[in-house]
Amino acid sequence: MNFVAIKMLMGDRAKYLGIVTGLTFASLLITQQAAIFVGVMQRTYGLITDIGQPDIWVMDPRVQYVDDPKPVNTTELYRVRGIPGVEWAVPMFRNMIRARLRTGAFQQCLVVGIDDATLVGGPAQMTEGRLADLRRNEGVIINVAGATTRLATPGPDGKSVPLRVGDSLEINDHRAIVVGLCETTRTFQSQPVVYTTFSRAMSFAPFERKLMNYVLVKAQPGVDQLELCRRIREHTDLSAYTRDEFKWISMVYYLKYTGIPLNFGIAVVLGFIVGAAIAGQTFHNFTQDNLRYFGALKAMGATTGMLLRMILLQSLTVGAIGYGLGVGAASVIGALAKDTELSFFMPWQLLLISAGTVLLICMFAATISMVKVIRLEPAIVFKS
Amino acid sequence: MGNNGNIAIRCQGVTKTYGSGDAAVRALRGIDLEVQAGELMMLVGPSGCGKTTLISVIAGILDHDGGDCHVFDNDFTAMGARERVQYRGKNIGFVFQAFNLLPPLTAAENVAVPLLVNGVKRRAALDRARECLDRVGLKGREHSLPAQLSGGQQQRVAIARALVHEPKLIVCDEPTSALDHSTGHKVMELLRDVAVGRDRALVIVTHDARIFEFADRIAKMDDGHIEKVVDSHAEL
Ligand SMILES: Nc1ncnc2c1ncn2[C@@H]1O[C@H](COP(=O)(O)OP(=O)(O)OP(=O)(O)O)[C@@H](O)[C@H]1O
Ligand SMILES: [Mg+2]
Repeated sequence: MNFVAIKMLMGDRAKYLGIVTGLTFASLLITQQAAIFVGVMQRTYGLITDIGQPDIWVMDPRVQYVDDPKPVNTTELYRVRGIPGVEWAVPMFRNMIRARLRTGAFQQCLVVGIDDATLVGGPAQMTEGRLADLRRNEGVIINVAGATTRLATPGPDGKSVPLRVGDSLEINDHRAIVVGLCETTRTFQSQPVVYTTFSRAMSFAPFERKLMNYVLVKAQPGVDQLELCRRIREHTDLSAYTRDEFKWISMVYYLKYTGIPLNFGIAVVLGFIVGAAIAGQTFHNFTQDNLRYFGALKAMGATTGMLLRMILLQSLTVGAIGYGLGVGAASVIGALAKDTELSFFMPWQLLLISAGTVLLICMFAATISMVKVIRLEPAIVFKS
Repeated sequence: MGNNGNIAIRCQGVTKTYGSGDAAVRALRGIDLEVQAGELMMLVGPSGCGKTTLISVIAGILDHDGGDCHVFDNDFTAMGARERVQYRGKNIGFVFQAFNLLPPLTAAENVAVPLLVNGVKRRAALDRARECLDRVGLKGREHSLPAQLSGGQQQRVAIARALVHEPKLIVCDEPTSALDHSTGHKVMELLRDVAVGRDRALVIVTHDARIFEFADRIAKMDDGHIEKVVDSHAEL
């Protein structure tokens, strides 16, 4: 009876397209919104994952997420270095500092000061210049996104001129020269990122902030990282997290204390409701229109179970097609968004979840129709 | 008559009331009727007298409230829901006034439905469906959709569908009333020629007097009763 079910489904072109459209729309909305949400969440810890070498981040216990730096005393760095199991430990400065552009306009920048000697914590991907150029006098490396947008200045013809290697700018009244450009994961707040050496960052920083914010630690080979974190906490007054822990802590902070999840959640729920409503309604109409045929099948000996399997097959078919089209469309949007401000990340877990959601919609639509068919009196077949 | 082995349908005091209270309609008020195997029985009577209700009960798609109704010695009310559906699927063929062919299925596929319902594999079912279409004179139209066939042709497909699984009982409700006279006549000829069989009973509801001649016997109903059963329409 399977082919009968499929033929019935596709026989009514208009309704079939209606149901598929509803499900496509729902899958698209759900997948795309969720992918943007995941992308946004990824940005909350981009600066952690951008830095590959350290295993452990050590910081003031009051730190709630990566963009919430608190000062750490220099003596703590030496204490950490003395803890057994630590291969090395370097300071990192991360703070917002005001920069003044050529035009005189001000712009808040995220200044990242990395260890002078090792340059650990620098950008992973240079697009111009070399990381070592930071050792040059007054040298800074700027992220491309910052250089081309917020740090760009209007040229003589009114067009915006990006900040280039060799240009200078003032950071908190200290002169800085761009020696390189780099790619970073976009930060959550999209401020320009300015990399420089730790000691130069100290000179940029206003008086009350002239302290490191993080100690980046590499564990010795074979040392258990969680155990090392525990030891660091014991020997200092600081918090210590593995990279993954810190990622989670940062993300959870945004989940908990911003309206972001709620906003996306609403969009996803709306997609779900709209999709369920359209698909449910059209599928119900479709079943309603075919009720006399279901009745005829029932009279001719089709068991209720058989009819329910037919409806299930019909709903799963439209579900699979709608899901495919919706996720396809979402992927296209994702591909188009690749080089823009829009965050978009579609891991397989997300696809699984949206598939489950679409399945739920289909089950919902099918259930309404199934109830109709279960209640159906075969005697209606003799009604003209 | 009287030979139990030949009796296809035996109804005794069958009653059926739709609804309850003030809205109750007593559609069947004590039906006594016997139909022999091998017989073509027509049910006639004025509109609303309960003809459709009676064949629905006989075909096991509607429960009666009182009395006894046995079809080949089986009592539907004593069967479970599933057993009853399967009994229908194996033993009963239906022809409807409105044809009720599934629009997206070809003629052959429509005819194959009772076999598919009984678990016959698709290919085998379609083969038998094509043979059956041949018997009703529709060779060459196997792939036509119902919408591409005339009313008479659609009813022939429906007859093929009612026959394909060799049921013991075929019930038809107004099989000719959607057709013009000469087409209806041909459909009845076909039904008599291909559907009547030694072990099979046919019950045809109609108020089309022009087809009475095809009946072996005619049961005249009025207001929920069988008024009389006659051997020829001349006696009506
Ligand atoms: N589902 C139902 N609910 C309530 N009353 C019904 C129902 N079906 C039929 N009836 C009533 O039962 C009576 C018998 O109906 P039935 O359809 O059996 O008559 P019929 O002889 O087939 O009439 P027709 O020749 O018009 O088809 C009628 O009064 C009808 O209105
Ligand atoms: Mg009727």
